[in-house]
Amino acid sequence: MSETAVHHDEHRDDLGSKLGMWLFIFTELLLFGGLFIVYAVYRHANQEAFHLAAKQLDVTVGTINTVILLISSMTIAMSTTAIQKKDKKLTLILIGITLILALVFLVNKYFEWSGKISHGLYPGSPVLEELGQGDILFFGLYFFMTGLHAVHIIVGMVFLGVGFMRVKNDRLSFDNYQLLENGGLYWHLVDLIWIFLFPLFYLIT
Amino acid sequence: MTSQTSESKVHKTYLEEDMGRKGIFKWILSTDHKRIALLYLYSMMVWFTVGVVLGLLMKLELIAPGKTLMGPQAYNATFTVHGVIMIFLIVIPGLPAVFGNFLLPIQIGAKDVAFPRLNLFSWYIYVLGSILVIISLFGNGPPDTGWTFYAPYSFKTGTNMLPAALGAFVLGFSSILTGLNFIVTIHRMRAPGMTWMKMPLFPWSIYGTAWIQLLATPIVGITLLMVAGERILGIGFFDPAKGGDPLLYQHLFWIYSHPAVYIMILPAMGAISEIIPTFTRKTIFGYKAIVISTLAIAFVGYFVWAHHMFTSGMSGTALFTFSILTFLVAIPSAIKVFNWITTMHKGSISTEVPFQWAASFIFIFMIGGLTGLVLGALATDVHLHDTAFVVAHFHFIVFGGVGFAFFGAIHYWFPVIYGRMYDNSWARTGWIVFFIGFVTLYGPMFYLGMKGMPRRYFDYLEEFHGPNIISTFGALVMITGLVIIVTNLIKSARSGPIAPHNPWGGTNLEWRIKSPPSLENFDEIPVIDKATYKFD
Amino acid sequence: MSDSSHHIVSYRTYGLILVLLLCLTGISVAVTQIELTRWTMAVALLLASTKSFIVLAIFMHLKFDEKIFRVMVAFVFLVFAAVIIVTFLDYAFR
Repeated sequence: MSETAVHHDEHRDDLGSKLGMWLFIFTELLLFGGLFIVYAVYRHANQEAFHLAAKQLDVTVGTINTVILLISSMTIAMSTTAIQKKDKKLTLILIGITLILALVFLVNKYFEWSGKISHGLYPGSPVLEELGQGDILFFGLYFFMTGLHAVHIIVGMVFLGVGFMRVKNDRLSFDNYQLLENGGLYWHLVDLIWIFLFPLFYLIT
Repeated sequence: MTSQTSESKVHKTYLEEDMGRKGIFKWILSTDHKRIALLYLYSMMVWFTVGVVLGLLMKLELIAPGKTLMGPQAYNATFTVHGVIMIFLIVIPGLPAVFGNFLLPIQIGAKDVAFPRLNLFSWYIYVLGSILVIISLFGNGPPDTGWTFYAPYSFKTGTNMLPAALGAFVLGFSSILTGLNFIVTIHRMRAPGMTWMKMPLFPWSIYGTAWIQLLATPIVGITLLMVAGERILGIGFFDPAKGGDPLLYQHLFWIYSHPAVYIMILPAMGAISEIIPTFTRKTIFGYKAIVISTLAIAFVGYFVWAHHMFTSGMSGTALFTFSILTFLVAIPSAIKVFNWITTMHKGSISTEVPFQWAASFIFIFMIGGLTGLVLGALATDVHLHDTAFVVAHFHFIVFGGVGFAFFGAIHYWFPVIYGRMYDNSWARTGWIVFFIGFVTLYGPMFYLGMKGMPRRYFDYLEEFHGPNIISTFGALVMITGLVIIVTNLIKSARSGPIAPHNPWGGTNLEWRIKSPPSLENFDEIPVIDKATYKFD
Repeated sequence: MSDSSHHIVSYRTYGLILVLLLCLTGISVAVTQIELTRWTMAVALLLASTKSFIVLAIFMHLKFDEKIFRVMVAFVFLVFAAVIIVTFLDYAFR
């Protein structure tokens, strides 16, 4: 074989790359799955305490964040349509909106967390110690799960940010938009997890 | 490597094709699946040496009751680090990362895996994980929790348990990415004509394994993160003082770590399914049954985890369900053994070295599997739980199963990997010495366990002295065997005689191409028109 | 094989799906504010499952993609559900 016979990467397989993304999403789902198992077991063991602890969380903030994520999910889904229709400008706008909404979500989260912390509700705090074991578990899970979710939001933003830049310098267009679609899939995963986090922590009181 | 014939001048092997890189960069920047496989092989060899030395230290400590070499703390640290290294750094990546990487693309007729760069990245993550494990040895002293990191001790111990747990987390990530890569490769890159049912059995076993890697590993990942959160931030997850349930940790840990046993054993079984037909000159008996049992083991194996917890105080319902499921998973394993033996029946068997490894694998695996049923039965487990019997059982499966298959595989595919031949009589000597040593080392532990010798103690009662001496003696014999095997292989890889084309008469694609393969494996992608394992 | 992966979903469809999802969110918020006692959990989870099904089918294109993706997603969710059930064989009967 000659020197120039390089290399496998030139061969592009969009479906394969989408399959890879889905498989990655599966592992992410099970990563959170482990936490959902923990939540289920402890809720089962501490019905009353979880019931009361959930009342401490603000349904309004939770709902606003849910709406934000749903809208951002739609905009990123639309961006794939836009790029398929060769509408570069609209694609960029839609990814941009998604990124801004993600940022708003994080800001909301920040205020929510700092509110809780200023009330002395954080892991290992004296206030929590007094409230009892059920509350310790509830807030432990609340901070850990929403925190991990926030990390995923940030990762998703980086992912979509890369997509944005590539669309901008035309490295990504109507005939090779798989990266954008994969970024979208990842973003929907983040949304999917929130769809369950929201009722489990905020609604079921 | 010098080209000696005119033919090898035309054929530039993957070992010669260095893409213009220099020195070590030929390896650590290469995205070639074959070079990555060897990267894994060499890094694992280093770790294996460390793990074996630690194991030997434990056996030397146990040569006599009381303190011989080390006290309780050092002993606890030794078995913990031995476990972490052997499980997370060797047997879990073992066959998938080395032989899966090397052979999977070739056997399905592809030029490389689906994501070559991700593949190299997985190896870097593996290295990062091993660095974390090294870090855990320093500072406050090596972890002493056992490789299972059981809560609540794992966040109470003063030793350096955090880097070890994070190391396991990172290594899990490497394993996930490898599995992901293999699944996409198998789905998307099979050569034209290679339908699912024409795929050789080794890729099938890698496929089953990859799904376990993908779906089980994240659970232990998040569990170790929770332990880290508990240790660093004081979040209450598994601490009974904070309302947590330590048993839940055990559940989550074994949801991964039991399927992990199948991550180890399935590719081992796959390798055996390749070796046996070649050396009996017969089509594998019950190809479909083996495929189905592979998938069945992968699936059912996902739901047997709590048989590690029979004495922990679970509900009665859970106890008998997990016991039944454990017995259920023995069925597909037994199907495979039946198929291998039936393949040999009336075959023209040639007892080459790889075949000897495969045959002894079946022997060892059956002992390991049947003693597993003894432990899977509720009543006997109560007696044997946490005794030396358990240690003997899982070493027969994990070291006996994976180790014998690994050595069988490397002796079988050695000509493909290096294009050279090893010294046959040394290989045979190594095998017999290793085999005798292995049985002498772990055999007595079944007896000791039944007599009530607990595991994980540096000391024991005087009445256990005799069998322990035999066991330690066996360890020394086994290590002698290991030295012979490894020396022979290393020497032969460097300067063994050039191997003839397809020395064993194998039928899969890796035997039809030139050995060692070129960078892209195939001059042109082959078209598959008949089932594999067809011998003339 | 390739043509289905180039299926273009209209903006309108996405918009309608968003409206549907927002309605379901509204319903779940409203439902959980009234005391349904032990049914609250079931209803909220049912609504969340419905929402995630819609997200998976439309936003994540499972409805339009090759069958293999649907099979895999269903398999993964089933495995996870089974793991929870098997875990609760311990906790529910302790």
